[in-house]
Amino acid sequence: MDLTLKIWRQENAQARGKFETYKVTGISEDASFLEMLDILNESMVDKVQLPIAFDHDCREGICGMCSLYINGRPHGPDQGITVCQMHMRNFKDGSTIVIEPWRAKPFPVIKDLMIDRSAFDLIIQAGGYVSVHTGGVPDANSIPIKKEHAELAMDAAACIGCGACVATCKNASAMLFVSAKVSQMALLPQGKIEAARRVQKMVAEMDDLGFGNCTNTYACEAECPKDIKISNIARMNWQFLIAKVGAQKMNA
Amino acid sequence: MKLDSKIPDGPLAEKWTNYKASQDLVNPANKRKIDIIVVGTGLAGAGAAASLGELGFNVKIFCIQDSPRRAHSIAAQGGINATKNYPNDGDSIYRLFYDTVKGGDYRAREANVYRLAEVSSNIIDQCVAQGVPFARDYGGLLDNRSFGGAQVSRTFYARGQTGQQLLLGAYGALSKEIHKGSVELFTRREMLDLVVIDGKARGIITRNLINGKLEKYFGHAVVIATGGYGNAFFLSTMAMTSNGSAAWQVYKKGAFFGNPNFTQIHPTCIPVHGDYQSKLTLMSESLRNDGRIWVPKNKEDAEKIQKGELKPGGIKEEDRDYYLERRYPAFGNLVPRDVASRAAKERCDAGYGVGSTGLAVYLDFADAIKRLGKNVIEARYGNLFQMYEKIVDENPYETPMMIYPAIHYTMGGIWVDYELQTTIPGLFAAGEANFSDHGANRLGASALMQGLSDGYFVLPYTLQNYLADQIQVARIPTDHPEFEKTEKEITERQEKLMAVKGSQSVDGIHKKLGRIMWEYVGMGRNQEGLEKAIGMIRELRAEFWKDVRIPGRIDELNIELDKAMRVADFLELGELMAKDALDRKESCGGHFREEYQTPEGEALRDDENFTFVSAWEYQGDDKEPILHKEPLIYENIEVKQRDYK
Ligand SMILES: Cc1cc2nc3c(=O)[nH]c(=O)nc-3n(C[C@H](O)[C@H](O)[C@H](O)COP(=O)(O)OP(=O)(O)OC[C@H]3O[C@@H](n4cnc5c(N)ncnc54)[C@H](O)[C@@H]3O)c2cc1C
Ligand code: SF4
Ligand code: FES
Repeated sequence: MDLTLKIWRQENAQARGKFETYKVTGISEDASFLEMLDILNESMVDKVQLPIAFDHDCREGICGMCSLYINGRPHGPDQGITVCQMHMRNFKDGSTIVIEPWRAKPFPVIKDLMIDRSAFDLIIQAGGYVSVHTGGVPDANSIPIKKEHAELAMDAAACIGCGACVATCKNASAMLFVSAKVSQMALLPQGKIEAARRVQKMVAEMDDLGFGNCTNTYACEAECPKDIKISNIARMNWQFLIAKVGAQKMNA
Repeated sequence: MKLDSKIPDGPLAEKWTNYKASQDLVNPANKRKIDIIVVGTGLAGAGAAASLGELGFNVKIFCIQDSPRRAHSIAAQGGINATKNYPNDGDSIYRLFYDTVKGGDYRAREANVYRLAEVSSNIIDQCVAQGVPFARDYGGLLDNRSFGGAQVSRTFYARGQTGQQLLLGAYGALSKEIHKGSVELFTRREMLDLVVIDGKARGIITRNLINGKLEKYFGHAVVIATGGYGNAFFLSTMAMTSNGSAAWQVYKKGAFFGNPNFTQIHPTCIPVHGDYQSKLTLMSESLRNDGRIWVPKNKEDAEKIQKGELKPGGIKEEDRDYYLERRYPAFGNLVPRDVASRAAKERCDAGYGVGSTGLAVYLDFADAIKRLGKNVIEARYGNLFQMYEKIVDENPYETPMMIYPAIHYTMGGIWVDYELQTTIPGLFAAGEANFSDHGANRLGASALMQGLSDGYFVLPYTLQNYLADQIQVARIPTDHPEFEKTEKEITERQEKLMAVKGSQSVDGIHKKLGRIMWEYVGMGRNQEGLEKAIGMIRELRAEFWKDVRIPGRIDELNIELDKAMRVADFLELGELMAKDALDRKESCGGHFREEYQTPEGEALRDDENFTFVSAWEYQGDDKEPILHKEPLIYENIEVKQRDYK
C-alpha cells in the first residue's frame, strides 16, 4: 500500500506544532499501524532526521501507552481496539491519514505525538484503591462474592488508563475512567468500606486537575477500546450521592 | 570472591520461619532515616515499594513508561499459581515446590523455591483484599484452573488479564503510598548505571527521557526489578522497552549474572509475518487445554499448504499428525513449554510446517467445538480468538489457528542469594530480573507468583536484615566523587555513541543481533553454532560502535539514543548468553544442546557435572568473565529424568 500521512510535529511542550506531510510506500496490509510508523521512522533515520516520537510499549492492547488520533478518532477507525492492535488492512491503498496526539487540556503534548497523562495517576493516588497493608489480611475465600458482581467489577477493572475517553469528549471529562475504578471497588465487599471517601476524593481531584463535566454525549463509551460502559458513570453518580447524603447525616 | 547462597539452616519447611524469627529488624524511628531505591514498577517493584513504604522507609521508585501501571507485568494473561488447595485436589506447598523444581529440570535452588510455594497463598489473600476481581464460581468462591500441564488446579485468574489485574492491585497499593508521601515516583526515567561507594550500592543515575538530563539519586539500598531481557532476540513477546540494561550495568559493577542462557520459548505465539515485524504476540497457553496441535503427515500436503494451494480443511483426519499426542501420550498437548516448542521446531525443520513461511503449526479447535459447543469455547477463549482474528484476519472458529514458538521469558538474571541480595552488598534483585526460582524452565503462572512473592513478602524482610546496620550511615550527597565519576562515564558513553554518525539504524542492528540469537542461541544450540554466534556478535558489536546512526542531540527527548543505549548492552549480554550456553554441555529445560539428547530426541541432562548455577563475574571489557559455580543440593527431592510420555 502507498499512503500519504499528515502527522503532527511539535518540538516540545512549549513549541507550536504543525502538520507535516510524509509518504510511505509498499506497506503490507498485515503490518500493524505502529509498524507502519516504524517504517516511516526508519526512513527518517536514514535521512538523519529526527523520527516521530509516539508512545507505545506492549503493542498488544493492554498497557494503555499508545495514544493517537487517526483521522480524528482516538485509536483509529476500528471499534474496541487500541492503535497498536490496528492493522493496515483497515485503510485503503492511496489514502491520506491524519495522525495527531490526543487533544485535551489535562494531557499536554510533550513532543510530536507524545502526551503527558500523569493526571490519571494523580486521580488514582487520591483514592483509587483499598487501603490495606501488605500482610494480615483475611483468607481469600472468607468473603464470598456473587459471581455477577465479580464479573461486573472485572468489566470495569479492564480499563487500561489510555485516556481515549477524555480525548474524545468535547468537555475533556474523565468520568468514564474515574467511574470505572469507583465501580470496580464499589461492587466488591473489600472496596465498599471506603466507597464514600473514595468517590469524593477522586472526583475532587479530577475537578482540580481541570477535567471537564460529563454532559452525557456517550462519545467516551463509543471510543473506549475496552468497552467500559457508561453505566459505570451512573453507578458513580449514585455513589457520590450516597456519600453526600451520608456526610449530611453525620453533620446533622 | 566466594559465592554464598546464605540458605538458612534447619529443615526445608522451617527455613523461612526461622529466618524471619532471627533476622535483624530496623526500628520504626530509624526507618524514616533510610532511603531505598526501587527500579521498576512491575509486580516485583511496585509490590516491594508499596510494602516498604508502609513499613515507614523512604522509597523512590522509577520506571521507563509514563505511569507505573504500564510495566510489562500488565501483559500477563493466563494466571497465577498458589497452593490454596481450594479444589481439594491434593495440592500442597510441597507439591508446588516439587512441580517447580521438576519443571525447572532440577536447576533451581530448593530453599528459594520452597519459600515461594510457602508464601503463594498469602499472595492470593493480599490481592483479593486489594479488590483484584479474580474469577469466581456461582457459590461466590474463587475459581481455579489447571495450567501448563499441572495435574492440580492451582491457577487463579482474572479472565485473560490476570497480570493486568494483579499489577493494578499493586499499583493501587503503590499509589496509596505515593499519596501518603512515603514513596516518591519518577516516571519516564531510565536507570543507566549503579553508584557503588566503598563496595556498597549507594545510588543510581537515570536519564530523564523527556529532556535527556542525567539525574543522581542516593539510596541506602537499591532494588533492581527491571524485568527480563528477552528482547536480546529483538522479536519476543516482551514490550518494546523491555531491556537488559539495568541488569547488565550492575553486572559490570560487580554483581554476578546467573544462568544467562536460560531463556523460555513459548510454544503458542502468532507466527512471524514480515521483516518489518516489531514484536510477537502470545496466545495464552490455556488454549492448549482444548486445542489440538497438528501438522500434515505428508510433506507434499505441507508444501501445497505453504504455496497456498491447499487449505487445512482439505487434509483428511488420517493425514494429520497430532505429533504431541503421538510422542507424549500421557500429557499430549499439555506437555511443558520447552517440550512443546521443540517439537514444533522439529516438525517445521523437517519440512512439515504450515503457513506461507512453513514456520507454523496448527492449533485446532474443531473437535472441542464439536464436543462442547461453540458457546463454551467462546466463553473460554472469546477474547483470544478475537485478538487472533484482528491480527491474522482469519476466524479460528472456522479454520485452525497457526502458532509458532517465540521468546517469552528469561529464567536467567542477576545472581541473588536467599535474601535476594546480589554479590554487591546493598544491591537486591527481584522478579524476572533475578535468576532465582525457575531453574532451566519456568512453569506457566509462576512468574507472577514470584514477582509478588519477592515484592510483598520477601524483600520487606530481607532488606531490613541488611539495613539494620546501615542506620548510622548518613545520606550521601550526590556530589560525592563516585556519583560524579559514574555520571561522567555515562556522559562519555552517550557522546561516543552520538559521535559515531554511521549509516545503520539502531533497529537495523538490533534485528541483526536478533537473527543471530534466534538462529544459534535459540531453541536448538550446538557447539559449532554457539562459537560462530560469539564471533558474529563481537563483529556486530564492533559494527555498531563504528556505524550506528543516531539523529538528534543528547540533551533532548531522543528515542533513538534511548534504544541505542539498550542495544549496546544487548550486544554484550548476547555474547554472555552464548558463552554460558556453550559452557553448559548438557540439555536441560529451555537449554537444548543438540549434542546431548536421547535417541528419541529428548533433552539429556548431565547431573553429575552440571547440577550447579552458573554465576558469571565480569572482569573488564576485553577480558573473559570468570565462571563461579553454585552447587545445587537436593535434599528434599529425588532428582529424576523428566518424563512426559
Ligand atoms: C505476554 C506475556 C504473558 C505472560 N503471562 C504470564 C502468566 O500468565 N503467568 C505468569 O506467571 N507469568 C506470565 N508472564 C511473565 C510475567 O508477566 C513476567 O515475568 C512478570 O510480570 C515480570 O514482572 P517484573 O516485576 O519482574 O517486571 P516487569 O513487569 O517487566 O517490570 C519491569 C519494570 O522495570 C522498569 N524498567 C526496566 N528497565 C529499567 C531501567 N533501566 N530504568 C528504570 N526502569 C526500568 C520498567 O519500566 C517496568 O516498570 C507473561 C509474560 C508475557 C510477556
Ligand atoms: S475508560 Fe476506556 S477510554 Fe477511558 S481510559 Fe479506560 S480504557 Fe481508556
Ligand atoms: S502499546 Fe500497549 S496498549 Fe497499545
